[in-house]
Amino acid sequence: MFLDILILILLVSAALWTVMCRSLLRSAIGLALTSAILTLMIFKMNAPLAAVFELSVCAGLIPVLFISVISLTQAMTKQEVIEHMKSRLARFWGLPLVIIILGLVLGLLSIKFKAKLPLSEVETDPRLVMWHLRQLDLLGQIIILFTGVFGVVVLFKERKKSG
Amino acid sequence: MVSGIFAVLLFAIGIYCILATHNLIRVLIGIEILIKGVTLLVIAAGLKSGNLGLAQALVITIIVIEVVIMTVAVGVVLGVHRLTGSLDARNIRKLKG
Repeated sequence: MFLDILILILLVSAALWTVMCRSLLRSAIGLALTSAILTLMIFKMNAPLAAVFELSVCAGLIPVLFISVISLTQAMTKQEVIEHMKSRLARFWGLPLVIIILGLVLGLLSIKFKAKLPLSEVETDPRLVMWHLRQLDLLGQIIILFTGVFGVVVLFKERKKSG
Repeated sequence: MVSGIFAVLLFAIGIYCILATHNLIRVLIGIEILIKGVTLLVIAAGLKSGNLGLAQALVITIIVIEVVIMTVAVGVVLGVHRLTGSLDARNIRKLKG
């Protein structure tokens, strides 16, 4: 239990660092770190397949995507950075305070989740759940993947030069 | 129970990030953190209800949708940068066909 809470505190700290970090590149790396810590937590919760997906996709692919975008876009000038930092400090100083207060309030409320559902048959193997019980989800995933592919094709289409 | 509280905290961090920033990449990072909160909550609910198989299947679906959303959103961000020369969300208030 102590280890779980330690991992969860690390997870929230990594997320806070990701959000509050000045550099976008460091934020992307922080996001990968957050995903890696979440993977650890999911492993601890006895869900290895979801953890593997989280590690390979969310901690691997998505930060690479963000780093590519950051490298493709223009960096701010020195003057812009100074002006931006002033407004940034004003916007983000309250975040850690809000998170600590919210955590304390939720902890003190100690909400009891009555999640014991009357299940007739529970399948514990996620592969069987995916292929036998949630076929419609798989169909939806395929449709969404194709939508994403077509979206990218449309967004990165070479435009014909007029005239 | 404890995981639920931390999932809410992750959600709050994500919402705050989206509301407080003007940078489009940071908005996407905020959405990512929101999704991480949801993932943690789904797995915690699955563990609590004893239906971890279904929870894992749902998390895999969430991750697939997340990747597609991020890929398309990154394309949109690059398009905005190509048009306006910056990543400031305030520059795209006037959307014209």
